Amino acid sequence: MSTRLAKGGRLIDRTKPKNFTFNGKRMKGYEGDTLAAALLGEDQMLVGRSFKYHRPRGIVASGAEEPNALVNMGQGGRFEPNQRVTTTELFDGLACTSQNHWPSLEFDVGVVNNYAARFLPAGFYYKTFMAPAPAWKHVFEPIIRKSAGLGKVPTEADVDRYEHFYHHTDVLVIGGGVAGLAAALAAGRSGAKVLVMEQTHHWGGRAPVDGGEIDGQSPDDWTAATLAELESMDNVTLRTRMMGSGVYDHGYALGYERVADHTPGDDRPRHRLWRIRAQQIVTATGSIERPLSFAGNDIPGVMLAAAVRDYAVNWGVSVGDRTVVVTNNDDAYRTALVLKEAGLEVPVILDARDQATGPLAEAARAAGIRVEVGKAIAKVNGGKRVTGVSICSQAGEGSAVEDIACDAVAMSGGWSPVVHLWSHCGGKLIWDDEQSHFRPDPDRAPTGHDGQSFVVTAGAASGAMSLADVLSDAYAAGQQAAKAAGGKAVRKAGPKADPEATQPMAPVWIMPQGAGHQKRMKMWLDYQNDVKVSDVQLAAREGYESVEHTKRYTTLGMATDQGKLSNINGLAILSDALGQPIPATGTTTFRPPYTPISFGAIAGEARHEIFQPLRRTPMHGWHEDAGAYMEPVGHWRRPYCYAKPGETNEQAVHREVLNTREKLGLLDASTLGKLIVKGPDAGKFLDMMYTNMMSNLAVGKCRYGLMCSENGFLSDDGVVARIDEDTWLCHTTSGGADRIYAWMEEWLQTEWWDWKVYVANITEQLAQVAVVGPNARKLLEKLGGMDVSKETLPFMQWKDGKIGAFDARVYRISFSGELSYEIAVPASQGRAFWDALLEAGEEFGVMPYGTECLHIMRAEKGFIMIGDETDGTVIPQDLGLNWAISKKKEDFLGKRAQLRSHMTDPDRWKLVGLETLDGSVLPDGAYAVEGGENQYGHRNMIGRVTSTYYSPTLKKGIAMGLVKHGPDRMGDVLSFPTVDGSNTEMKARIVDPVFYDKDGEKQNV
Amino acid sequence: MLILECPYCGVMADETDLHGGGEAHLKRYGPGSSDEDFQTYLFHRANPKGVHFERWRHVSGCGKWFHAARNTMTLEVYGTYSAQTYEPPKAIINAVKKKHPEWEGPNMGEAK
Repeated sequence: MSTRLAKGGRLIDRTKPKNFTFNGKRMKGYEGDTLAAALLGEDQMLVGRSFKYHRPRGIVASGAEEPNALVNMGQGGRFEPNQRVTTTELFDGLACTSQNHWPSLEFDVGVVNNYAARFLPAGFYYKTFMAPAPAWKHVFEPIIRKSAGLGKVPTEADVDRYEHFYHHTDVLVIGGGVAGLAAALAAGRSGAKVLVMEQTHHWGGRAPVDGGEIDGQSPDDWTAATLAELESMDNVTLRTRMMGSGVYDHGYALGYERVADHTPGDDRPRHRLWRIRAQQIVTATGSIERPLSFAGNDIPGVMLAAAVRDYAVNWGVSVGDRTVVVTNNDDAYRTALVLKEAGLEVPVILDARDQATGPLAEAARAAGIRVEVGKAIAKVNGGKRVTGVSICSQAGEGSAVEDIACDAVAMSGGWSPVVHLWSHCGGKLIWDDEQSHFRPDPDRAPTGHDGQSFVVTAGAASGAMSLADVLSDAYAAGQQAAKAAGGKAVRKAGPKADPEATQPMAPVWIMPQGAGHQKRMKMWLDYQNDVKVSDVQLAAREGYESVEHTKRYTTLGMATDQGKLSNINGLAILSDALGQPIPATGTTTFRPPYTPISFGAIAGEARHEIFQPLRRTPMHGWHEDAGAYMEPVGHWRRPYCYAKPGETNEQAVHREVLNTREKLGLLDASTLGKLIVKGPDAGKFLDMMYTNMMSNLAVGKCRYGLMCSENGFLSDDGVVARIDEDTWLCHTTSGGADRIYAWMEEWLQTEWWDWKVYVANITEQLAQVAVVGPNARKLLEKLGGMDVSKETLPFMQWKDGKIGAFDARVYRISFSGELSYEIAVPASQGRAFWDALLEAGEEFGVMPYGTECLHIMRAEKGFIMIGDETDGTVIPQDLGLNWAISKKKEDFLGKRAQLRSHMTDPDRWKLVGLETLDGSVLPDGAYAVEGGENQYGHRNMIGRVTSTYYSPTLKKGIAMGLVKHGPDRMGDVLSFPTVDGSNTEMKARIVDPVFYDKDGEKQNV
Repeated sequence: MLILECPYCGVMADETDLHGGGEAHLKRYGPGSSDEDFQTYLFHRANPKGVHFERWRHVSGCGKWFHAARNTMTLEVYGTYSAQTYEPPKAIINAVKKKHPEWEGPNMGEAK
């Protein structure tokens, strides 16, 4: 059983106990513990169930590479699933629960999958797709949905806050082990600005656990002295609890600082995302120990050898009283020695190599530990925890020669440098035969804007495996980075350690090497995703040769740990199965983040009201005070309607329509885009922008215009007014102002840069009010000022003048079919103008109206709306707008595209009006079907509804739609199947899209 | 995240301040052009592994469009220059050739 030792634990403070709960059970740890250490200290060996087979799983590692021990953390607004216990600092009151099991961790029904393992082979998901479709719906999906999982989904909004922090530095050092500190020392001494980040809360990395001497000091003492020197440098910034998350183009890097994960609710931001620009980046990210593939290597109690050592030295935790060590390299002997020194038993060290002659092996023998060479684990005995191992010859097929009782297994398959950050931005790797790992190739580093390398690795991350090599490599890396970033030369020597003799490791990918299928089915490569040696071999047999394909087919390395443990072992198995060397197989792509970072950190401050700044018209406050129901339109909020007490929104909309048609309505139209286009070539330019002619528009007049993309599709519309000889004012849609402004600028700057035209977006400089209805003129005449009579200001003209005391530009344009004036006043006077209109309009029955009323009135008139009748695939010709497409102009944007055969196809769906036979309202987006089926067995579709409303004016449903040959089929009745499950069809007749006042008698008064 | 120097205002701008506009130096084909020329102009884009000429707009800055000569693999930037030119300036071409003597020169995006 695992337990807390009576003494030891360099990182914990035994005078500061911390209480926490796991699955509701009260437990105790100490300040400085990780949750993993505290759980092991309480003998909580079993912490979760695996993803696919629900096998019992325990803690394997001691750091970010942990694949198994994920828990649901916290409660309510601080609940978060899939938190790694090995990187979670313990705090008082921590509450966590295990994941991926039902009904309980100890008894999980899903473990039945384990016995059905042969029915869930590699590529199971893909294979299910080959089955008939009903099998997926009725058999596979229910099974997979029930068994898939990991943590629970949070149900409450996150109560914490997060922030972004911007930082510029000459040198960024990622990793605060002795390598990172040595590199920082070199860079700091050069005078360069340095930022050092360490993902844990303590410095020094694993050197203090592994031992040795640096400049005659213990690694702990050297670390303390080095930190003191770095802290004394004004040019050096040191941060703990900050992980290097990703390295990106041109020296950009993300640091993920877990500010308050260990002090929840203390009012500090929980996470801080550092957005860093560094001239040079040093990755001192260390290395990760690899598991060995033997049968039962996933049973709780089987752990990485270095992790077993970490728990003993750092946290005073023993993972077992009797620990068998199994290895292919010297390093694991350190674990045996540490355990022995702590008074624990190491029944045997199984060394897969033919001999064990290094100083560490000798030291183990001298300590009285039995060392067996050429030996392997045939299988691990036990279920929810290890009870013993059967040992065999590594060279054979796994016949057990001896059973040894133990409660923990410490395994080491060698070490792989953490190359992730090096690789994120294109750093390449080379295969190191001696260490059997991929390490960064210094000659193929990530390059920056100048084509020069901007990342250098340091220490174990470079592939240096001894303390002496780590220090010299890291200090040189710091010097190199500082020099490249413009620091001065550093003469002072770096830290040194004595070289140590080691015996080379031997690659061991399967244990024993001749293991049969039964054993290989119990050798786990990817613990979290339950990928075994046999799965990768099966994938190879089924033809998967590319490592990227095999990854996706088997899900090897696709779990939340992204294969930190499984990567190399899986590659080796695949390479062996394909009969090629490992470098020929290559690695999958390393992508940021290094470990998962919170969505909160990514969002930073951009939440709630500052997620996206709101655009407000000058009358916005009035609308809110009036209780308007607002809807988003671009970045604006516009009143949808103004419901009165006791009124539904629908009733309000109908009232607004009738009032506007019968009396007087006011619309806040300030959101309409307003672009000034000015210059000697402005007319020529607008003739290119619009499908119709704008250069011949007379000063003082307005014209409705259409804009198309170069692909011919309708993109925006609006009324253009000619202000003077070389000035036009172009109205765009409410959401389109910025887009169209940018569109115009793009063409002026990149295609017709010799044309003399300026464009200015004056949208927000003006407040605009549509005064609409039979009483519109009476209201303006009451306010006084300019002459707004039919004779002086006819339809489709504009005039500058005064309305009451307000400077106004008045357009006689109408989107409702009523007598209508759109009046622009300076934005600063918008609210006062609005108030004046309301006050003076009272006797004429004035009411404000919202966007839904606007929509209904335009639909009654058959006016199209960009975004309803258009969707990026509709050309003006589809909408019966040929009258607005110039035939005289040689060219305009979209003209060439509209000449293509598909655009002139008579079978294109075209705009018509639709009226249901019973007066009901067609569903939005409903499809019309007719005659026969297509190749998929679906009924042939011949059209669809684009706008549909109940018309209060006409007291029936009206709609517009695009229908194949529609304009030639007036009077035909079409079928629109409903999608409400009633399996019925609605019938609607094709009619003219202008439902109301076709001759325009109401607007031309 | 790239950094490109806006040749108009001189700012070293982060990619988040910029808006990418795809391949540079396209020749526009309008009415009267063949279907093939028009299709190439509208849809066919070079996607080189290596030297590339791109359009960028300093959208959260001076608002100007400019061109960048860039290596899509090494991320090296050979230079930025005015968008108001039909082909890369000599200095840019020379900067690329200096690094890549074997480079065959810009593909001007013209229809084949």
